[in-house]
Amino acid sequence: MKIAWRYQNLPKMEASPAASSRFGHYYDVSKTLSPELLQSTKWHRFFLPEEISLQPNINICNMTSGYTRLLQSIQRIIYQEGFDGSHPQKKQKNILRIGIQNLGSVLWGEDICCTDNPEDVHSLTKFLYILRSLLRMSLSACIITVPAHLIQNKAIMERVTNLSDTVVALESFIGSERETNPLYKDYHGLIHIHQIPQLNCLICDVSDTKDLAFRLKRKLFTIEAVIQLRSTIAGIIFKF
Amino acid sequence: MSFCPQGVSLPAAKERGQLVFLEGLKSCFEVLFKEEPPTGQPSPLQFIREGGSNLKALYEFVRTSLTPSESDSWKCPVLLVDDVSVLLSLGMRPVDVLDFIHYCRATVCSQLKGNVVVLVHSSENSDDTENELVVNALCHQSNLILWAEGLATGYCKDIHGQLKIIPRRPAELSTERDLPRTYQYKIQDRNVTFFARGMSAAVL
Repeated sequence: MKIAWRYQNLPKMEASPAASSRFGHYYDVSKTLSPELLQSTKWHRFFLPEEISLQPNINICNMTSGYTRLLQSIQRIIYQEGFDGSHPQKKQKNILRIGIQNLGSVLWGEDICCTDNPEDVHSLTKFLYILRSLLRMSLSACIITVPAHLIQNKAIMERVTNLSDTVVALESFIGSERETNPLYKDYHGLIHIHQIPQLNCLICDVSDTKDLAFRLKRKLFTIEAVIQLRSTIAGIIFKF
Repeated sequence: MSFCPQGVSLPAAKERGQLVFLEGLKSCFEVLFKEEPPTGQPSPLQFIREGGSNLKALYEFVRTSLTPSESDSWKCPVLLVDDVSVLLSLGMRPVDVLDFIHYCRATVCSQLKGNVVVLVHSSENSDDTENELVVNALCHQSNLILWAEGLATGYCKDIHGQLKIIPRRPAELSTERDLPRTYQYKIQDRNVTFFARGMSAAVL
């Protein structure tokens, strides 16, 4: 999975976890977005089966057509809505937030999730590079989920990591031997931070805590340091 | 020891014509989403659109950028490639990447008496055999390897990693100064401080 961290309410100093009991946004995962909010926000969607009949205008060699169409759609929205500065945004300046689900899965016309030796190993990494160039040239940010557990070819996952700014992996305990490990009895899985962003600077902010576990409660998804059971480090949005 | 406390002003170097900067992401955007430039010069990143496994246009860009014109007084150019692993992600075969570097070396090192510096990613137990192939080949071709890695003991706040400087010269020309040296380093905002192993300020 790839994620963008949100820093509202971040304490200014590195306080001990017990001191900062409230960090991050508070999202009630049992609720959905209100229809009023949805109506008042300008949003676009991309659903591949609807787009499949249209011919792509751009030509990118050896890329799964699903990805080509997606890139074209993103670029068109960036241009039409002025996120690239081409027509200055009249209202309050905003950032285009893009969410892409299950990149690399068969739903995108790819076979890297089905086999050890996929026909085309480069489509996904090419897509990520080109997407990054689109994001770099506009006011936008993107969060992508990838079903890494289905991708047998580990070389692809290494390249995906190197092509990303932030990489976070969720490892569920379901079906693993950790499910019965008493150390993890309060948790549902582990969070691995594979990469943190180093944009326009030499160093990145590495946290001291390395062992993070998550728990999905009825209303809240929490991430905690495994050693200190009572401290909450971050709240994150996920609607399951 | 620390390097370049004042830093080098790259924008100023660019103004003077001393630096040519090819920003891959920007060129990629231009070659795919912008109209053809009127000059008809093929874009250095043509291969993203056209496919094939051909870095000729990229090499031509390097050659024309670094070959001095009559009026230029700059000598001994340096080519910095950051980073070569990305080319593999864009569909290039290892042999094409190595060919490209080979051509660059022929022009920059042999012909123009300059230097080529190539950045490549690697990791222990990597499953990316193509990348490891490129890494090994580049190591064999290099006169000097700067190998930066994290500490074997894990993350440390005051020591971000260690740098091995490995000179590679033919055996008969090697001297004592050509033994590999290892330094540890700490990265700061605009600078990197190097120190001998065990001599970090935090430890002393």
